[in-house]
Amino acid sequence: MIKKIRVLVAKPGLDGHDRGAKIVARALRDAGMEVVYTGLHQTAQQIVNTAIQEDVDVVGLSLLSGAHMTLFIDVALLLKEKQMDDVLIVGGGIIPQQDVPGLKKAGIAEVFGPGTPVEDIVSYIKKNVKR
Amino acid sequence: MSELSAKVIAGDPRSIGRLITLVENDAPEAVEAMKQIHRYTGQAQIIGVTGVMGSGKSSLIFELALVFRAEGKKVGIIAIDPTSPFSGGALLGDRIRMMDLSTDSGVFIRSMGTRGMMGGLTSALYDVVEILDAAGMNVIIIETVGVGQDEVDIVKIADTTLVVLIPGLGDSVQTIKAGLMEIADIFVVNKADKPGVEQTVAELESMLDLVGHTEYRTPIVATSVKEKKGIQLLTSKIAEHQEYLKKSKTFDTRRRQRYEAELIEIIRKRLMDFIFDEKKLKKTVDCCIDQISKKELDPYTAADEILGKILK
Repeated sequence: MIKKIRVLVAKPGLDGHDRGAKIVARALRDAGMEVVYTGLHQTAQQIVNTAIQEDVDVVGLSLLSGAHMTLFIDVALLLKEKQMDDVLIVGGGIIPQQDVPGLKKAGIAEVFGPGTPVEDIVSYIKKNVKR
Repeated sequence: MSELSAKVIAGDPRSIGRLITLVENDAPEAVEAMKQIHRYTGQAQIIGVTGVMGSGKSSLIFELALVFRAEGKKVGIIAIDPTSPFSGGALLGDRIRMMDLSTDSGVFIRSMGTRGMMGGLTSALYDVVEILDAAGMNVIIIETVGVGQDEVDIVKIADTTLVVLIPGLGDSVQTIKAGLMEIADIFVVNKADKPGVEQTVAELESMLDLVGHTEYRTPIVATSVKEKKGIQLLTSKIAEHQEYLKKSKTFDTRRRQRYEAELIEIIRKRLMDFIFDEKKLKKTVDCCIDQISKKELDPYTAADEILGKILK
């Protein structure tokens, strides 16, 4: 049996900057994971449906527009509603420190800001993936 | 029947997704479910889409799916991208071109890595096709990895194979080469908004003329996703090919070929699992090493003997 960690890298909302998401996607690929990338401008519904069909272990959300308190939490709520509780949700982008506790409370397990070494993200996922 | 199999047959997306992961991971519980769902399969029309990388396969599949959806058909899409031979990881990006379908409950899209399989497919593909079929998809579209000249395994599984080309890939000699050019049920010249379409179509036509008169002449359809051209024509050619398959009894032959390929693949996998179970194999091999080092036995005879025992 060969288990591979499957990760959805998603860009919710109206944010056209995906260089960071692509760098993370590539680092996860190089760490042996299967990475599904959604592309830009996704709704919470699109992201969650994709997570279900692709049966991912991790959903990684990237946002630089400032709407994370709405969009990250929408995705987390919808995942919960669909009983995808065993999916690890992580976030990244321009997220002010004071928003992090609120995001964690909503179910975003960890938030990675600018300057985070990609190795940290890889090892966090490997350690915390729930299934 | 297990709860998982029942839910898959009922079309529950979460269960479909789960079972696909299980077959991809070669999980033991997948085998039971696959046995149970087999008799619910056989209804879906299977379309293979292959062609060089960047020829627009994903975008074309998106357009085809829209047409099938408008006809009220449920559509399953399997999009294969290469697994890195170095890291074992994969970036599965075909879905990006199809995201507008992800909120349509009549569409199920799954991205897969090749996971070491050659030929442009992935070894779990037969199972995934059966799963989507059992789950009630009327049409299943398989997108191979971007292929070179000889990754042609898609013909073993698809009822209708589309070979997607783009203008400017080379001269007429390319069209008479073996491999990819031999497997098309329909040629698609995509990106027909770019210059050189007429020449590519003409070269394909003259290649088909060389084949001579056959019952079924492979149609050539020029399409442009950008300008939304040729898509309806392409779907009607697919329908015509289906008609031809059924009328000429080729359909049954192809299905038989698929089951044959699937059965061989399952046997191959099981054999490989056994052979590559290092511990087990080392134990089997161990007994001969002494004899080989004492020159009482040569390695070839030893290998024959061991294989004989395994295959008995």
